[in-house]
Amino acid sequence: MQLSFKAAARKRPPSSLADLPAGSEAVIDRLDLPEDLASRLMELGFIPGHRVSAALSAPGGDPRVFRIDGAEIALRRETARHILVRNN
Amino acid sequence: MSSCHGRPEAIGLAAPPGPGAAPRLVALIGPPNSGKTTLFNRLTGLRQKVANFPGVTVEHHIGKAHLPGHHDVDIIDLPGVYSLTPRSEDEQVTHDVLHGAMPGLRRPDGVILILDSTNLQRHLPLAAAVLSLRLPTLVVLNMADDLRQRGGAIDTEALANQLGAPVVLVSAATGEGVKSVAQFLTGGIAVPRAVELPVLQDAPACRQWARRVSHDARYTHPAPPVWTRRLDAVFLHPLLGPLVFALVVAAVFQSIFSWARPLMDAVQAAVASSGEWMRAALPDGWIESLVVDGAWSGVGAVVVFLPQILLLFLFIALLEDSGYLARAALIADRTMARVGLQGKSFIPLLSAYACAVPAIMATRTIENRRDRIATILIAPFMTCSARLPVYTLIIAAFIPEKPFLGPFLGTRAAALLGLYLLGFLAAIGTAKLLKSSILRSDRTPFVLEMPPYRMPTLASVGLRLWDRALAFLKRAGTVILGVAVLLWVLASVPASDGQQPPIEQSLAGTLGRAIEPLIQPLGFNWKIGIGLITSLAAREVIVGTLGTIYGMDPDHNSAGLQAALQRELSFGGAVALLVFFAFAMQCMSTLAVVRRETGGWKWPAIQFLYMGALAYTCAWIAHTLLR
Repeated sequence: MQLSFKAAARKRPPSSLADLPAGSEAVIDRLDLPEDLASRLMELGFIPGHRVSAALSAPGGDPRVFRIDGAEIALRRETARHILVRNN
Repeated sequence: MSSCHGRPEAIGLAAPPGPGAAPRLVALIGPPNSGKTTLFNRLTGLRQKVANFPGVTVEHHIGKAHLPGHHDVDIIDLPGVYSLTPRSEDEQVTHDVLHGAMPGLRRPDGVILILDSTNLQRHLPLAAAVLSLRLPTLVVLNMADDLRQRGGAIDTEALANQLGAPVVLVSAATGEGVKSVAQFLTGGIAVPRAVELPVLQDAPACRQWARRVSHDARYTHPAPPVWTRRLDAVFLHPLLGPLVFALVVAAVFQSIFSWARPLMDAVQAAVASSGEWMRAALPDGWIESLVVDGAWSGVGAVVVFLPQILLLFLFIALLEDSGYLARAALIADRTMARVGLQGKSFIPLLSAYACAVPAIMATRTIENRRDRIATILIAPFMTCSARLPVYTLIIAAFIPEKPFLGPFLGTRAAALLGLYLLGFLAAIGTAKLLKSSILRSDRTPFVLEMPPYRMPTLASVGLRLWDRALAFLKRAGTVILGVAVLLWVLASVPASDGQQPPIEQSLAGTLGRAIEPLIQPLGFNWKIGIGLITSLAAREVIVGTLGTIYGMDPDHNSAGLQAALQRELSFGGAVALLVFFAFAMQCMSTLAVVRRETGGWKWPAIQFLYMGALAYTCAWIAHTLLR
């Protein structure tokens, strides 16, 4: 675990939406999700290359509201985990 | 219709229908939360009716737009969709109607496409899909007031040229610009030259196109909705959020119980005095008895609850229209996930507090079939408004009104709240049972858009209440009237010497006595038994039935229904009756809708037997413990 963590830190691979702290912004890299869910999310604006920011959440931190294209969409952590983001 | 590119100006809708031609039909479509229904209500007012598409469960409204100096236009309000790709049942219906593939409905002559102007880029891909159908289309950009207030802007003429369809900016909520929609319906709106729209398969390409089009139409994205952010800071606050949630729920229950009182008393007085008036006006004899004691007292006993039911629908309409309901679903999601469901099940379940029938219809927003069936099966446990008449009557008869939790919550309201909780727990327990056995499935994704908060409009809330009031009165005038008359007949035969028999010797009494051994362990006598039989049609019928029985029973003729019940039931029996009504599936309309939604008798049969067994067992336990 520690070894892979070090390797990961060097290469800076995309993290996921689930790790995005509230109030911060990132760019969607790819959706690692089944086809129909991915296309539904893309209809709602979760498209690679688009900016997304993390907003408020339900009590307990899950699900969380994400702002994308002026809309607010709530996703569970288990879904957000599969939406990979990069920092710019 | 011509499919060539260089369409002539003002096609389709401009042509007046020939003599005897069918009224023109226009489909209203748009994404969820775009204000579609508000516009529909503006255009059609009270000239609308609810209908179901054959073979599917999706409900729709059809209304007539009255256009002075022109023929009326039929407008069909289609379900809210983000795309025309037929993935969910809603999308399938919209797709079929627009392609003229819906049995029993001809292809619409035109389309009103409503989009949220504050979210234009996200909604434009739907415009591409709709416009490529080549039906005469008006693009309505709604929320004009919101767009302006938040510093957004759009050049509608430029957008019209980009899309090859007329574009108008309106605010359905305030009525601004709605005149131009009427102009479209009468053919009095200029149609720009048609353009070739790109065939777009994937979302990124759609979005790129939308971005270019909105840029060319000089679209300025509005600033974020400040008030929505401020309100969410409270409503989604880790501590304040759940507190507000609990307060909202408690306030709803307390007010339907105390605020409705004066209105209900007024209705009751009106029913009683009109009954006396009829008694005086009609000649003595069996006709007088049938009309006054049978029909009028049976229907009247149920109509009394109209104020309470409307108050509950008022709250649900306010919560939904204001946008709070989506936050409630968000807050509820974790709890729902714990029993294997998701936040989206929360909205149908909350509607089930008003009535299980629309709630079961609302489950079609749940994509996963197993989740959907589980939600359908537990929805009737939520305390629907038809239980309220029964609960109110028994609580008022057996529980004295005292302060319980300070001045805010009285004992009666607390008892009612307890019954709501009981139904909720039964629903949760059943969901857990189902999701860990016959309906086990992978956890389904929860994707829910949070609409900005909006002030609910009087027109939209008023129309919904009107809709509900009509539906309730229609039921009172048909099912409940029928049961009341049938019951009067059962209670009046066999006649002895042309006189009504004592209730014990009547057919109804015989029936009640026949099931008495079965219900005795629950603390119910044969009179309650008659009520249980008739309430299989609909729960609130028992109140009318008891009204008829005690109205006709000489012993109780002068006593109020409450006083009569106090004599008939022990406290344990009263609690058992409440518990029985909390759990039993006594509603034919619900069973019918479950059959239609699940496509067979299997699930409604399982539901009926399961709920009946649970009701009987728990009522028996309650009666045994409290005896």
